[in-house]
Amino acid sequence: MTEQSEEDLRSAIPQESVEPVNAAEHRPLYRKRERIYPKIPRGRYRSIKWAAMAVLLAVYYLLPWVRWGRGLNAPEQAVLVDIPQRKFYFFFIEIWPQEIYYWTGLLIVAALGLFFISSLFGRVWCGYACPQTVWTDLFLHIERLVEGDRNSRIRLDKARWGVAKIVRKTIKHVIWVLIGIVTGGAWIFYFADAPTLFGQLIRFEAPASAYITMAFLTGTTYLFAGLAREQICTYVCPYARFQSAMFDEDTMLVSYQPQRGEPRGKHKAGASWETQGDCVDCKLCVAVCPQGIDIRDGQQMECITCALCIDACNGVMRKVGRPSGLIRYDTGRKLGARETGEKPVVRLFRPRTLVYSTLLIGLTVVILGSLFTRSDLDITVQRDRNPLFVQLSDGSIRNGYTVKIINKAHEVRDFTLTLDGLVGAEMVLVGDSAIDSTSTVLTVGPDALASFRIFVTAPLASLQSASSDLQMLIVNATGEAHDTYDTVFRGPDAG
Amino acid sequence: MPTKHEKDDITGIETTGHEWDGIKELNNPLPRWWLWTFYACILFALVYWVLYPSWPTLSGYSKGLLGYSRHADLADEVSAARSRQAAYLNGIEAASPAEILADTDLREFAVSGGRSAFAMHCSQCHGAGAEGGVGYPNLNDDEWVWGGSLEDIHTTISYGIRADHEDSRENDMPAFLLDEMMTAGEIAEVAGYVDSLSDGGADVAAAPGAALFEENCASCHGGEGEGITELGAPALNNHIWLYGGDEEALIATISNARSGVMPAWTGRLDEVTLKQLTVFVHSLGGGE
Repeated sequence: MTEQSEEDLRSAIPQESVEPVNAAEHRPLYRKRERIYPKIPRGRYRSIKWAAMAVLLAVYYLLPWVRWGRGLNAPEQAVLVDIPQRKFYFFFIEIWPQEIYYWTGLLIVAALGLFFISSLFGRVWCGYACPQTVWTDLFLHIERLVEGDRNSRIRLDKARWGVAKIVRKTIKHVIWVLIGIVTGGAWIFYFADAPTLFGQLIRFEAPASAYITMAFLTGTTYLFAGLAREQICTYVCPYARFQSAMFDEDTMLVSYQPQRGEPRGKHKAGASWETQGDCVDCKLCVAVCPQGIDIRDGQQMECITCALCIDACNGVMRKVGRPSGLIRYDTGRKLGARETGEKPVVRLFRPRTLVYSTLLIGLTVVILGSLFTRSDLDITVQRDRNPLFVQLSDGSIRNGYTVKIINKAHEVRDFTLTLDGLVGAEMVLVGDSAIDSTSTVLTVGPDALASFRIFVTAPLASLQSASSDLQMLIVNATGEAHDTYDTVFRGPDAG
Repeated sequence: MPTKHEKDDITGIETTGHEWDGIKELNNPLPRWWLWTFYACILFALVYWVLYPSWPTLSGYSKGLLGYSRHADLADEVSAARSRQAAYLNGIEAASPAEILADTDLREFAVSGGRSAFAMHCSQCHGAGAEGGVGYPNLNDDEWVWGGSLEDIHTTISYGIRADHEDSRENDMPAFLLDEMMTAGEIAEVAGYVDSLSDGGADVAAAPGAALFEENCASCHGGEGEGITELGAPALNNHIWLYGGDEEALIATISNARSGVMPAWTGRLDEVTLKQLTVFVHSLGGGE
């Protein structure tokens, strides 16, 4: 390096032999897919992508193994989707099936978060965090380790089939399938106690559904990340198609600066930059693109804003001694301002981002608030509808109720049920020999829903109309947990 | 030999040769994913034909190599369900209704089984909620013409009332007008007295029909109209009336008598079902 002069270096920018296979003019509907051989760039965004991949994969593979003590009667896995019990555990949060609205809320928050981040920074989800991107990146890296970078991969694919080619291709596909198995394997650990299931898996004693799920996800991982790759983003994913609805002229997008780059062309070392733009047309930005586009053509549906072309171009700009940022995260408004020579401004606070962030924060506060203030006790009461009521021999009226109590505590609790709102009302618990009384003790097991049949009797004189209000109250032994249910007591029509 | 069709000038793609009002159809190839899915479906169908029942024959259908049958599936599931229920059914068969009531598991099973048997065999008269109707007793309340203990209910269900069975519950209320045992005027007085019985509190002995009631009715219905379940004579001093409690209905009852019939279920239903029905009816709220 030291012996080479800087002039030599500058002249050593070769033009990549590459065509953007997904460019608009090369996008016929009926054609076999052309393989993309992305070259690996070095730079800030490649490093961010490595870091994001490491963190996300670590979270995905390791999270089911994190333990979280919940006491005797609950699983000790931090994140667990317990399908047989229909319960979801997430560290200190426990969601029962009737609280499915928390899931809905989570999905809405996730959607709003996606809208918000997209309106600010474009498709950063696609570029850095989407599983399709992360696993494709991982599979691409395996391919690169086994077969070499872009040019050697192209050479290998063009080469005649021989021992070396077969060995390399086999190694690559075997590693891909192994990653697929691990990926599908990690998924099922979210649905059962991970150490137990792991033991069952290797002894071939796990339920068939575990193996089927693993096989399916192995197949999809291999297919999507290994074979289909950018086609998933271009043809399958709906988000790519409606992203533009979230963009405006202040959204930060990976953009080529045509006013600086054009007219593009080869640059001889030492020649003046007066007559030409900074783009030396080396096509490195096209060679590194995993989506097979040329960013210099402007915004395109295929672009996942992975920013690898920024890394590639900045490297070239350094070599030719021009300022970096010919391709950069930029907004449409700034691009326009630069062309007209105005001062480029960044507008983060705009109606769109304010609305998204307000909704996002508001909904998050509502969900967290209700999550932390919710009771670990719930009572629901179903009144018998057939018969509506029964008149007893002494003329009093009896109604039947099914009282369901959900005890979300991990311990057995006794609840005292009392009635309110109806003068002279007494009750009897079916299956209990106790005579009519004004309060009944109901015992509910840990993490359980218990159902009780209650007959409530009231004198005819205390009923004002065919339907009287009746409240059922439950309170536990310490008085901390209590809940109320408003129901009605039916009797004959007055008069 | 395939015919050569003209090529479309703009796209350079061959047309199918079909033309409608000047519009020509391009002969584009099928999308490959679609084509392969189509081939896969054909392959699937061929495999399916071999493995599963698929073709009608003159006398039946092709059975397939796997010998799969939905009827066999159903039979398996039914027998599996039966074997799951066997412990309960055996327990109910061995236990008396009182023992069933004392055992939580057996009671819950019997109530569920009794509920479905009731819907099948009893609800036509007694109503889906056992709420009864005119002439058909409400089984939820606390008055029982023939007794509300488990044994009484079991006997009533098994042998019926005025049914064609030697152990059937039998009684015969006289038709006081038809049999010329009372005059219409006397009947009206008795009806007024009976009506006042259920209101309670009033000086009932003073009512004009009191003496007539003592003479004609008290032997079955009791001196105060409290009823005698052993005789199937309903209580008359409460708010529950099988055939209506206003004077008009009472006059009709006394004049013409009532003799509702309930069939005997022994022989039609097995003993296990009868016990389940007994426990279910007892659980409705009026069981004694």
